[in-house]
Amino acid sequence: KRTHYASSISSTNAQISNFQKSILAVSSAFTAFFDPGRGDMIATLGETTGSIFVNRMRDNMLRDKTGRRILRERPRIHSNTIDIPYLRSLQLGTFGKEYANFLDGQKVTPDTRVKVQYIYDDELAYVMQRYRECHDFFHALTKLPVNVEGELALKWFELAQTGLPMTLLSSFFGPLMLSSKEQERLFKKYVPWALQCGSQCKFLLNVYYEECWNKNIEEMRKELGIYLVD
Amino acid sequence: MFSRIQFKRAIFFRPIIANSNHIYNKGLRRPFSTSLKLQLANTTVNFSEQQPQHDTSQEPKTHFGFKSVPEGMKETLVGQVFENVATNYDVMNDAMSLGVHRLWKDHSVRTMAPGPGTKLLDVAGGTGDIAMGFLNYCKEIHGDTSAQVTLLDINPKMLEVGRQRFAKTPYHNTSQVTFEIGNAENLLSIPSNSYDVYTIAFGIRNCTHIDRVLREAFRVLKPGGRFMCLEFGKVRNPLISSIYNLYSFQVIPIIGQVIAADRDSYQYLVESIRQFPSQEQFAEMIKKAGFTIVGEGWEDLTFGIAALHSGFKL
Repeated sequence: KRTHYASSISSTNAQISNFQKSILAVSSAFTAFFDPGRGDMIATLGETTGSIFVNRMRDNMLRDKTGRRILRERPRIHSNTIDIPYLRSLQLGTFGKEYANFLDGQKVTPDTRVKVQYIYDDELAYVMQRYRECHDFFHALTKLPVNVEGELALKWFELAQTGLPMTLLSSFFGPLMLSSKEQERLFKKYVPWALQCGSQCKFLLNVYYEECWNKNIEEMRKELGIYLVD
Repeated sequence: MFSRIQFKRAIFFRPIIANSNHIYNKGLRRPFSTSLKLQLANTTVNFSEQQPQHDTSQEPKTHFGFKSVPEGMKETLVGQVFENVATNYDVMNDAMSLGVHRLWKDHSVRTMAPGPGTKLLDVAGGTGDIAMGFLNYCKEIHGDTSAQVTLLDINPKMLEVGRQRFAKTPYHNTSQVTFEIGNAENLLSIPSNSYDVYTIAFGIRNCTHIDRVLREAFRVLKPGGRFMCLEFGKVRNPLISSIYNLYSFQVIPIIGQVIAADRDSYQYLVESIRQFPSQEQFAEMIKKAGFTIVGEGWEDLTFGIAALHSGFKL
């Protein structure tokens, strides 16, 4: 079991003023909408609009024992801190194996997360970074695929959990890109599930995922209060 | 009571985080980006590897934006900036200047008023705006196809973008346009007294030694040849100046981040504009290089945001 402990997360790039932040928020929103491939723009949107909510997320973490430990130790999720071959070797039905299967099946790696740039407080920057890096774990836990529908459903789920404006904007404007049939399915099946499950389950950033590899995933879901979409 | 300066600070200046370990509080008032800092650190290592006898601390320093760097390093750093911006260069120019840069370049070519058969050396020509404008002018105004332009740039990537742009025009594969890699400070491949017009548009401020560029320009021009330099200048009007500064420092790096995902290169760009000498000072430098100036020697464009300098080799 290896985890990488980060001491200082926040970027040391020259800081931007509040005026620049507001322009950046608006322009990144438009760019992200018209060019969904620009993951960095969605990340920027999250950082520039999220200030109050990232604070709330940090306070949520401080209220929980494991959350406090995570904030102290600051583990990072990266392909050199997570031993994926080891996870593949685990038993079927464990969280680690499910996660490894998810990564292989959807052909993604944990390295695709953009680094936090515009949050200047160390701890808040870490919270944002952790939130981004845990996104794949949410996929594994909720068993949502990585297609547009699955991502939107997960965005609604994150909206219920974190309240970040970026999730709100993605949830509202993302479905505009879908066909009417897909939209119907999204709003009839996925969104009610996402809002109900997201608001009643445990705050998912308070889970020390790096220590749960061997846990049975069904047990984990029960513990956390997550039920799958039917 | 919230004073005006406090209001300005709250909105436009960077926040000071009193208790954080942030590098901003370590006495570096305007930290340049980490990415370029790392590059600076890396290039320092490379530099000392190449010339082990050279003591970088003794070497004269020059400006790179608002930062001070050893002279030998500026070329490398500028090279990296232009490598990063090359693919989005034209889009960014349009976005940043709201298309006005096209008017400036058109005006330069019209002021140049080249006759048929003119040979132009477009230095730091990059993506080829001036070169293209020149050839189009000759074709449209004189119906001339004997005009020639040599598009010279120090950066291979920028030149490549220029090549691709020309490939879509009727000048492709003709003798009218040739592409060359070269350093404006030392035009080894260009014989003396060989060009009718020499232009350098928005390139000279990126050169380390402007006086050497001007001397080379003088050398390669034929007697009677014209030197033209389009470059950013200083704005005199205080109202325009404050709006321009606000726009440059607040908006342009953000546009850079949104369109090109590269705020730092555009931060360098706006800082390098401030470091360039004023129109009067630059006109003096042109005179010193041996050129003959007509009138003041320059023309302000858009309130002095850009300026078109001109000199003749007589």
